[in-house]
Amino acid sequence: MDVLVDNADLILDGFWKTLQLVLVSGAYALVIGVLVAVARVSPVGVLRGAATVYVTLFRNTPLLILIIIAYYGMPDIGINPGFFPLITIAMGIYTSTFIAEALRSGINGVPVGQAEAARAVGMPFGMTMTQVVLPQAGRLIVPPVASVLIALVKNTSLAGAFGIAEATFRMRGLLNDHATDRWWIFFGIGLGYVVIVEVISLIAYLIERRWKVVTR
Amino acid sequence: MTSVLFDVPGPKARRRHRIIGGLTILALVGLFALAIWKLYSEDLFTAQNWEPFVTPVYINVLLEGLMWTIISAVLAIAGAVVLGVVLGVAKLSDHRIVRWPAWLFVEFFRAVPLLLLIIFIWSLAGYPLYTIWPLVAGLVLYNGSVLAEIFRAGINAVPSGQVEAGYALGLRKTAVTRIIQLPQAIRIMIPSLISQCIVALKDTSLGYVITASGLTVAGREIWRTFGNYLSTAIVLAVIYIILNLLLSWFGNWVEGRINRSPKTVGNDAARSTTDLEQRRLDNGSTVGGPV
Repeated sequence: MDVLVDNADLILDGFWKTLQLVLVSGAYALVIGVLVAVARVSPVGVLRGAATVYVTLFRNTPLLILIIIAYYGMPDIGINPGFFPLITIAMGIYTSTFIAEALRSGINGVPVGQAEAARAVGMPFGMTMTQVVLPQAGRLIVPPVASVLIALVKNTSLAGAFGIAEATFRMRGLLNDHATDRWWIFFGIGLGYVVIVEVISLIAYLIERRWKVVTR
Repeated sequence: MTSVLFDVPGPKARRRHRIIGGLTILALVGLFALAIWKLYSEDLFTAQNWEPFVTPVYINVLLEGLMWTIISAVLAIAGAVVLGVVLGVAKLSDHRIVRWPAWLFVEFFRAVPLLLLIIFIWSLAGYPLYTIWPLVAGLVLYNGSVLAEIFRAGINAVPSGQVEAGYALGLRKTAVTRIIQLPQAIRIMIPSLISQCIVALKDTSLGYVITASGLTVAGREIWRTFGNYLSTAIVLAVIYIILNLLLSWFGNWVEGRINRSPKTVGNDAARSTTDLEQRRLDNGSTVGGPV
């Protein structure tokens, strides 16, 4: 127990870095994911195909290998904006495929009849989107997007293997230095992740409850 | 083709789509050419970079890595299924003393990063080199916890009439679970089980961090010898993509068979509830995640 208290500053520092990784790569993932999702549901065949290939390729490659490509491979061919940007971009690209799939399934989850009805009463495209399709799709995508973000939080632990001093990196250091307190260190840092995960679930739950359609 | 977003396009829209399509092709070709040119100008296409992948010795290194990766994945999934059944049934137990620890266990191991778990087990084992079992143990604990939720949902998805019929015949809860619920639940859950296999297969790559034998460690040996990080990583990525695509193709095939099987014909209600349960599971309790 003492080892956690004594090293609280190190551990909190590690979780701060974890949060930074989540925020930066989450932002990349959301931006790229939205663009890819738009391409995947567009009426243009070429765009759909390209987006499908993108999703298939990056979803089926382990994140670790994407990070290796970014961390070792990119500097090798003269692209080197620093390790933090490289790793966050790799994580962002990997996560974007899951975001894109979540968004796509949300939009496909809206019954076709809804949009047809909107068009039948003469709503133009913009109005059909903002009044009928997106409000319903928005409700559907909250839970899957939250679970993608939770997976991202857990995936940031991989950055620790590439020299970013986040929480898992800190645990590794502490395990080396305090071999007798291993269980405390593991449960303490594990609990930190549980807290982050629960906060995201809670936010998703609150949003879901707020947007819930009251049917009578 | 009609969808939520657009109707069948008329002549004007078709022309617009063709123009956008053409521009996209141009942009993609440009991007591709730029990437090839960049790689070419940085000497990626030299024989030295790709030589190991046509040299029998290094092909063997990769094949051995592939073998260990597959062994790890198979062991992990087998262990995870067993653990998942035990935990899933425990979570549905009538006894609080069984239900609560199972619930705690599942919640903790689903929320903790797999890598954290693997490094911890590795440290408990005294940092052994080139052994897969810390990796396998971590994968079993993590995937077992994820599967426990899937099993629980699957068991709950068996129509309640079946369970009541079992009780009416005088079966006890153990027998109802064992003879009536589990066999049907497993059939319903096979698709989610296979997608979890893909997750586990991808996660075997984490063996890299603890030097557990496998594809990524084999790759490291190669790039340490040749210094060809990018080409080795690309080869590894291609191998993983092929394996995953094969697995998902197999999953689709099995799913198709199950849906066509006469044994599941009467189970339409069951299957639609699984889908709902599955959606709730993917959506509602968000800890598991698809990644």
